[in-house]
Amino acid sequence: MSRYEDKEAAVRRLLDTPHPPVPRDLALRAAERGARRLHHARRVRRVLWALGAVAVLAFVVWASMTRPWEVPPAETTPPLEGW
Amino acid sequence: MAGAAGRLLHAATLLTAETRTRNPYAQALLTAALAHTYAVWNRLRDEDPYDLARRDLAGRFARGAWRHHGGQGGVLAVLTPQERLVVVLRLYEGVAEEQVAALLGLSEARVRAVCARSVATLRAAARGATGAAA
Repeated sequence: MSRYEDKEAAVRRLLDTPHPPVPRDLALRAAERGARRLHHARRVRRVLWALGAVAVLAFVVWASMTRPWEVPPAETTPPLEGW
Repeated sequence: MAGAAGRLLHAATLLTAETRTRNPYAQALLTAALAHTYAVWNRLRDEDPYDLARRDLAGRFARGAWRHHGGQGGVLAVLTPQERLVVVLRLYEGVAEEQVAALLGLSEARVRAVCARSVATLRAAARGATGAAA
């Protein structure tokens, strides 16, 4: 077990080389890209909300015009008899 | 923040098996991971931004690993992309075994096995290199 841990430690030392230099503008580019993604997500959310509002409005207008909850007038009249 | 970026860029460079001076893929990976972290910054709840960026980086590399198969250099070039992921997360970043398993969608036993195999491969490669030099 300890031999395996020794090997792991050796690999760790192998990995622990000096860090590469970070380009100066990398953080700036990342921030710009993140901000763009945020704006995009916000725009998409706004469009979806607007679509939902339009759908609700259309439904209300349609329902108030056709009034589907009212019983339609009878289409057949009972036969007249006994005259 | 600068120290964290350097450390993450080193991890990304190990993953893509690029060299310290030439690592365009690693830089692209890190930029994407940092952009993701920036975008979800306001939604963070008691989460470590560094851990979040590291997870995103690892996930990004795992999804696009086929593009980097057969690296151009670096100490981990002898390993496959999955072995590189496990070695970097377990041994360089010191992430717990169960977290690595959950992140990569593997079982813990599999992570342990991949790690052991990669350590053996790296040791053999190092021995071969020193043997050739001597």
